[in-house]
Amino acid sequence: MGPIKWLALLPFIGMLGGVFFVNQVTPLVLGMPLLLAWILLWVLLTAAIMGVIYLADPANREGAQR
Amino acid sequence: MSALIIIFATMALALWLGLQARRGRDMNLEQWTVGGRGFGTLFVFLLMAGEIYTTFTFLGASGFSYGQGAPAFYILCYGSLAYIISYWLLPPVWRYAKAQRLFSQPDFFARKYDSPALGILVALVGIIALIPYLVLQLKGLGIIVSTASYGAIGSSTAIWIGAAVVTIYVMVSGVHGSAWTAVVKDALIVLVVVFLGIYLPLHYYGGLGAMFEAIDAAKPGFLALPAKGQSISWFDSTVLLTALGFFCWPHSFASAYTARDERIFRRNAIILPLYQLILLFVFFVGFAAILKVPGLAGPAIDLSLLRLSTATFPAGVVGIIGAAGVLTAMVPGSMILITAATLLANNIYRAFHRTAEEGHVSRLARLLVPVVALVAVYFTLEGGETIVALLLMGYSFVTQFFPALVCSLMARNPATREGAFAGILAGAATVAAISLTHTTLGTLFPSLPQAVRDLNVGIVALGVNIVVLAAVSAVTQPARQAPRTISPSR
Repeated sequence: MGPIKWLALLPFIGMLGGVFFVNQVTPLVLGMPLLLAWILLWVLLTAAIMGVIYLADPANREGAQR
Repeated sequence: MSALIIIFATMALALWLGLQARRGRDMNLEQWTVGGRGFGTLFVFLLMAGEIYTTFTFLGASGFSYGQGAPAFYILCYGSLAYIISYWLLPPVWRYAKAQRLFSQPDFFARKYDSPALGILVALVGIIALIPYLVLQLKGLGIIVSTASYGAIGSSTAIWIGAAVVTIYVMVSGVHGSAWTAVVKDALIVLVVVFLGIYLPLHYYGGLGAMFEAIDAAKPGFLALPAKGQSISWFDSTVLLTALGFFCWPHSFASAYTARDERIFRRNAIILPLYQLILLFVFFVGFAAILKVPGLAGPAIDLSLLRLSTATFPAGVVGIIGAAGVLTAMVPGSMILITAATLLANNIYRAFHRTAEEGHVSRLARLLVPVVALVAVYFTLEGGETIVALLLMGYSFVTQFFPALVCSLMARNPATREGAFAGILAGAATVAAISLTHTTLGTLFPSLPQAVRDLNVGIVALGVNIVVLAAVSAVTQPARQAPRTISPSR
């Protein structure tokens, strides 16, 4: 599948590494504490990234063996 | 009483759906446990999402937000990371299970490592991990039934009722019942939780932002991770532990066997992260309860969602909320019961009675369901842990399968059967010692830096496991063959 699969590492870095920088309450984002909003952002990005990987993965093409 | 009537009607409906699902099918072991490997995207999706929509989420996550604050956010993280891992982990597992006609998780390890002993060990550790998971579902059922009866039914009677319903349900329908009821359950729970998560902050505080400002003013620091205890290093190690362990649960692992084809898993990896956003609303409910029903402490934090509901709504609405909660306990509870009973019959009994016929093992599995349920009832009535603490204990056990699992999927397996066995045994023994003595790294080594002392002890056990696996594998590696030269006989 090539280099696109490495995108899957980003949510790990964003969630596990990001906590060090956003572990605070303010500013509230959409009414939520900053830490919670940051995690929410990465959940959404995870779905988007997995969508990109799915489309790029030849195993999912029509007629692929697997 | 109207709340209770709705709850019992829901239980009856679930039983009826389970009976319907059974009709017209010959329930052999393959049908009963892995649905004949014929489930499409929707059913596999619902079975895999099972954990997100359990009592753990409904009462546990709201209770944890109420009692602990920001550390509860870990629950939103680990699922997403686990689904990323599943994209590459589950397809090879499914292919192997299908080719070898496997029923359960220990079958996989036993076949991959060609070691019946490893299969028995995996089955035992799996059953040990499933018990706290089942206990937390029964605990949830007990809380719901007794709260919705406004105290008329005591919590232990409620636990007995819940256990009886789950047991009957499983005995009549097997995994087909789980899948059908899961459809009803997920629809109901989305409606209820999204409604509560939006309505309660609005009703009591005038909005989300206003609610969090009020909590931040009343309890400074509550909405961020603390400097010690459930700190950033606790958070990261817990997220990692639970993300790696997510598909190591015997029932999650086996629910992968129910799929019709492997593309289903890759598709699910996109949708499931979004599906768990429901947790956001669960957090909101827990936070809304902090200033409105204060004073719950210890295991009682798990009551926060229902306490706030009974304080806010008329009995009919409480009944619907309770009904949703009952389903979130029944469906996963039945999955866990099926899995534990199958492990006992197929992987432990059969390991010692090689000649047992399939029909006999299948009947035995069904007979063991009430036995497992009784054991869980015993621990439910005895224990005083919160729901989240119970789940984390189970996670520490099942994550011990992860290293040997990943090794077995490599083209050339670096682990030997002795290495895999010793690693899992050492890891599980560490978890057991830690859980029984309530040790943390901080109490063991008070001189270590704070960040190290706060690590989730399950991660430490995983480290022990990996070291032992590597060392024993190195010693027991079969003697390397002499460098291959061109064969003279050809």
